[in-house]
Amino acid sequence: MDLAKASFWGYKRENGRVGVRNHVIILPVDDLSNAAAEAVANNIKGTLAIPHPYGRLQFGADLELHFRTLIGTGCNPNVAAVVVICIEDQWAKKVGEAIAATGKPVAYFGIEQHGDHDTILRASKKAKEFVQWASERRREERPLKDLWVSTKCGESDTTSGCGANPTVGNAFDKLYPHGVTLVFGETTELTGGEHLVAARCRTDAVRKKFQFMFDRYQAVVEAHKTSDLRDSQPTKGNIEGGLTTIEEKALGNIQKIGRKCMVDGVIDKAETPTGPGLWFMDSSSAAAEMLTLLGAAGFAVHFFPTGQGNVVGNPILPVIKLCANPRTVRTMSEHIDVDVSGLLRKEMNPDQAGDALLECMFRTANGRLTAAEALGHREFVLTRLYESA
Amino acid sequence: MMANIHFVVHDENDSVGVVVVEGVKAGQTLNGWIMDQDKDIQVKAMSDIPIGHKLAIRPLENGATVIKYGVDIGKTVAAVKVGEHTHVQNLRTKRW
Repeated sequence: MDLAKASFWGYKRENGRVGVRNHVIILPVDDLSNAAAEAVANNIKGTLAIPHPYGRLQFGADLELHFRTLIGTGCNPNVAAVVVICIEDQWAKKVGEAIAATGKPVAYFGIEQHGDHDTILRASKKAKEFVQWASERRREERPLKDLWVSTKCGESDTTSGCGANPTVGNAFDKLYPHGVTLVFGETTELTGGEHLVAARCRTDAVRKKFQFMFDRYQAVVEAHKTSDLRDSQPTKGNIEGGLTTIEEKALGNIQKIGRKCMVDGVIDKAETPTGPGLWFMDSSSAAAEMLTLLGAAGFAVHFFPTGQGNVVGNPILPVIKLCANPRTVRTMSEHIDVDVSGLLRKEMNPDQAGDALLECMFRTANGRLTAAEALGHREFVLTRLYESA
Repeated sequence: MMANIHFVVHDENDSVGVVVVEGVKAGQTLNGWIMDQDKDIQVKAMSDIPIGHKLAIRPLENGATVIKYGVDIGKTVAAVKVGEHTHVQNLRTKRW
């Protein structure tokens, strides 16, 4: 596939970023505001509430991550406009103003001194205004480099490492020379292959930062483990699918970064890359958690290879599923966007599989709903670093 | 092109291959495809092996390092014969 002049049809936002969806989101800052947010989304058709269970009495780095994730979600270019609701005025303002810095329409509301009814009424009026405004935004043709593409796999099995993950790697190798912003992560799932990632880092400074993030996560595992993690990592599904050790899972995982692209930078959870190239994000390997962090970092479309059939989606980030396991493709076909099982029968080569994924990427970017979107998978899971105060 | 690939191997130096078809039974002769070098091999299955699960393509002593993708993926905790199912019962992580 010749990508030199490739383009897609996206929504150019006020800050220059380009989205592929046009969501008006109702964003609760805390668990207590979910009810009001969901009521507003029920009142105003075409808006999307993003409820979640956290936001009270968090502190320090955990609180910073909470804010970074919510603010980043609002800033994502797949989001046209945002209504923020919080139990307290001050944090509604903090999150609302940070998102408004992108230039997109934002309104924010505190519930205290108003109650749910009055908050829902006022927020619904703003949401109606925003959704009608958003409905007049038009897609425009944009160069490929404006697309930000993330990857993370889930319910992997051995076919992931043989087929689906190398397909993502082939696509990443093709996108990389065209200035696309790319990211991978899943820190513990590099265990046993971390030396291979370190060897791909562009500079010593990048390598040092990668090693710091890797070691930091290993320390978390060492501090809390009660076994060799054989009940969690690999997961029961991984083991059912034939993966035996974390090293084997990691080596399959690393196939997603291809053979040519270099790791140009390292970011912490939910941080936004500052330039094109391939980035490593320190993150959990749990699917919904990492997709939430990637949406918050500003990614617009996602490659999700699966083996045993993970069904995850995200409210704002279209998740393209690809699979090389013929049994999963047969038994869970409604979840699979790109079938690359032909790779394991030699009916398809990696170059053709990569092109099939890129073709699906362009169709998705141009507006085609992914399987996860059509099925209503909107998992939004905030990463917690430790207990609340 | 070889018909009916039953298992694939990433690299010719690997200890194990991955079954990519359903219903492999003990005693069956399996066609394997070594992907990186594009070579064919045959192995007789010593166990019933589910799709996605590994079989040894070389004999492994107890405590041996197991190689896949050309890289160390752990150590055996029992001796493993060629064609035998290689999974959590005889292979463990060296990490954590």
